[in-house]
Amino acid sequence: MAVEKTVTITDETGVHARPATVLVNKAGSFASDMNLEYNGKSINLKSIMGVMSLGIPQGAEIKIVADGSDEQEALDSVVEVIKSEGLGE
Amino acid sequence: MSQLTGIAASNGIAIAKAYKLAIPDLSFDKKKVDDTTSEVERLTKALDVSTSELEKIKEHARASLGDEHAEIFSAHLLVLSDPELINPIKDKIETEQVNAEFALDETAQMFIEMFENMENEYMRERAADIKDVTKRVMAHLLEVSFPNPALIDEEVIVIAEDLTPSDTAQLNKQFVQGFTTNIGGRTSHSAIMARSLEIPAVVGTKAITEQVKEGDNLIVDGIDGKVLINPTEDEINEYQQKQEDYEKQKQEWAKLKDEPTVTKDGTHVELVANIGTPNDVEGVLNHGGEGVGLYRTEFLYMGKTELPTEDEQFDAYKSVLEQMGDKPVVVRTLDIGGDKELSYLELPDEMNPFLGYRAIRLCLERDDIFRTQLRALLRASTYGNLKIMFPMIATLDEFRQAKALLLEEKENLTKEGTEVSDNIEVGIMVEIPSTAVIARQFAKEVDFFSIGTNDLIQYTLAADRMNERVSYLYQPYHPAILNLVNNVIEAAHAEGKWAGMCGEMAGDSIAIPILLGLGLDEYSMSATSVLPARTQMKDLSKEELASYKDQLLSMGTADEVEAFIREKTNQ
Repeated sequence: MAVEKTVTITDETGVHARPATVLVNKAGSFASDMNLEYNGKSINLKSIMGVMSLGIPQGAEIKIVADGSDEQEALDSVVEVIKSEGLGE
Repeated sequence: MSQLTGIAASNGIAIAKAYKLAIPDLSFDKKKVDDTTSEVERLTKALDVSTSELEKIKEHARASLGDEHAEIFSAHLLVLSDPELINPIKDKIETEQVNAEFALDETAQMFIEMFENMENEYMRERAADIKDVTKRVMAHLLEVSFPNPALIDEEVIVIAEDLTPSDTAQLNKQFVQGFTTNIGGRTSHSAIMARSLEIPAVVGTKAITEQVKEGDNLIVDGIDGKVLINPTEDEINEYQQKQEDYEKQKQEWAKLKDEPTVTKDGTHVELVANIGTPNDVEGVLNHGGEGVGLYRTEFLYMGKTELPTEDEQFDAYKSVLEQMGDKPVVVRTLDIGGDKELSYLELPDEMNPFLGYRAIRLCLERDDIFRTQLRALLRASTYGNLKIMFPMIATLDEFRQAKALLLEEKENLTKEGTEVSDNIEVGIMVEIPSTAVIARQFAKEVDFFSIGTNDLIQYTLAADRMNERVSYLYQPYHPAILNLVNNVIEAAHAEGKWAGMCGEMAGDSIAIPILLGLGLDEYSMSATSVLPARTQMKDLSKEELASYKDQLLSMGTADEVEAFIREKTNQ
């Protein structure tokens, strides 16, 4: 059973290089598969190029999906990073 | 042995092995492979080696340039471990039975094209990141060495076609004894960086990368602009002597470190230094600078992905002002455009960037950027002796507009309850001939002039200073330049203001006697030129040199001027 959560990006510049780096690093530290859905597209959250290729702007609603043995912890940690990096809520 | 002549860009003698900083040949053939398992292993190994290299580079960047500059390498590292990039390469090797080089190239190209075709300039830049990273992996697959200045860990002389500012920023002074390049001049970035790092350099040798092999012995003579390739024993001895003499002379200069600059006939002039970052202040103080005559703020904006914040700028300005105490600090507001680009501003390419949208022209239109900088400067003003200078002023209107914005932000800050100094002098950089010609009118409104000779010379003689073929027209002693400089100094003095100079000319041993005779008040130069200039000033008589003024201003050529000064000052 996968878990998911939707967050809104509040950062003026959207998901930019530095926070994207932190986000991907965090996702990469978990065993679960992690995806990010935005604008009808789903990309691998462990891929920096995937995240950057979406060009997520301010105001975007993005969905984080985690699926695997540590899915809940993975989801919570990534959402926490989004908040602590001032990216969204 | 053979010898090359170039432009002496930074004083000193270096003797060491050559280290070639060139992009290696990364061409390869598409091959069919049967043992795909070991081909994938070969790829994994190349990725691992590249990762550990990049980690080293990142650590080096963090230590020498700070966290911010190191961040770019975090992104590079993530690209190397990106499953969306790596898995398709492995799949390609396995399903198409092709070599790793081909699979890497095909897959990376796909991503590079995808990013290059994006609307956003910032995203397009990411294509360059992927290129950088895949080049490194490719070099390891092909087992050719991929040079990186940050990885140098033995005493070498770096040779290259040219060095970018970020290349030079990665050089470790402990190991890099000197460098020499094919292109560039005394005012190119690499030359300026060499002087601030205080390593000997000869630039513009035209053929160094062709004539030198990795590991050849080299002598770089940054005093006379010579490079000796595989020198003989005798030559090495001779240059070791020259190196010792130079060190001795430096010690002599050092004795004048805390002395004021006074001419033979008792005139005091100010010898100050040019800086790019707060880290450069230490060098200014160590070399006896009496102030900062030009703080180039654009380094705060370069090598980044977005504009620096007001607080970031405030911290930098405050640090410089505090370190300098009550000594004057002339800060030049953002001078971007021309040869200095900021990718995140998405400025369109121009046919004539030096005559285009740059410096104050950009700041007056993008006043959001300008106001942020002015606020940061005003807030920092209470921490020292701040003077603000606007670059590339062509008309009185531009100066008035810029000053009005400054006063507006000052009022805003005061209203917000922030303390701002009331004694900030506001001046302009004189680098456009129109401004030099009507300096008299400007002098009524500005607090000071600082003549930027690098640009003034290229605009007056209409010669691009980056173009080797017209470099003969870059003539600091041209009578036209001397007349413009004289006009600016006379205008300043007529209104009781001061005139300085912040181009390379201000530290030049032929120019110094001329400028002293014309009455220049402040000379801003590379920190390492301050003590030699102070030594020279001690032996010059202002009165005598002033008596040559009319004669010099009416000469016909730069050569006549130079010959005259050499004779009068025994050079």
